Amino acid sequence: MIFEIIIYIFLGIGVFFNVLAGVGLLRFPDVYTRLHAGTKCTTFGSIFIIGSVILIGLKTWWEKDLNGSVLAIHSAFALIAILLTNPVGAHAIARAAHRSGVMPAQAVVDELQDKTTKKSTGKKPKAKTALKEEGGEQ
Amino acid sequence: MMEFFNEYLVVLIALLVCVIMSIIRVIRGPTAPDRVVGVDTINTIVIVGMVVFGAAYQEVIYIDVAIVYALLSFISTLFIAKYLEGGEF
Repeated sequence: MIFEIIIYIFLGIGVFFNVLAGVGLLRFPDVYTRLHAGTKCTTFGSIFIIGSVILIGLKTWWEKDLNGSVLAIHSAFALIAILLTNPVGAHAIARAAHRSGVMPAQAVVDELQDKTTKKSTGKKPKAKTALKEEGGEQ
Repeated sequence: MMEFFNEYLVVLIALLVCVIMSIIRVIRGPTAPDRVVGVDTINTIVIVGMVVFGAAYQEVIYIDVAIVYALLSFISTLFIAKYLEGGEF
């Protein structure tokens, strides 16, 4: 009985955070804030929904037969795949958006601009030599 | 395990609402990274929906499909990001 209550609580938390991800994706004004909403809320919600599926598999394994253990282990592998791939994809999208010239909404100063342009255009060795010359002059 | 059937259908309908909101963002997105963010969110929600569907019908093959879909969507997201960045592959 308490097992089913825990499962329903996990399903409720997961569905709530997934709906929150959709609302944030519609309401936020910017690429980066939309990425924040759509990635973090979806990852957190999927942890709880797949966790409830794992609990159901463990319950089936405890009560009836071994098919529930297969369900639980494969759901755990799907959860591990989501947890490994979702933040990496979000980081790649954010870096691509910044390098393709999309500015944040209401932004005044972009302090990351110099670093990315130096890295992308290969001006980093020149900067190093300039710093060395300045050090030598001083 | 038919007592979990109706609850999982409710969860699937809620996930469908999330997918519809993400599709609205994909259609209305002002720039290309907005659309990529929407597609990435749709991918994650579809993976969760496949796992829920496999739990509702007690079929493990849907969850295997979800694992393969997760890895393929990750590769496609990285590829689209590399294309938007404009760098060499």
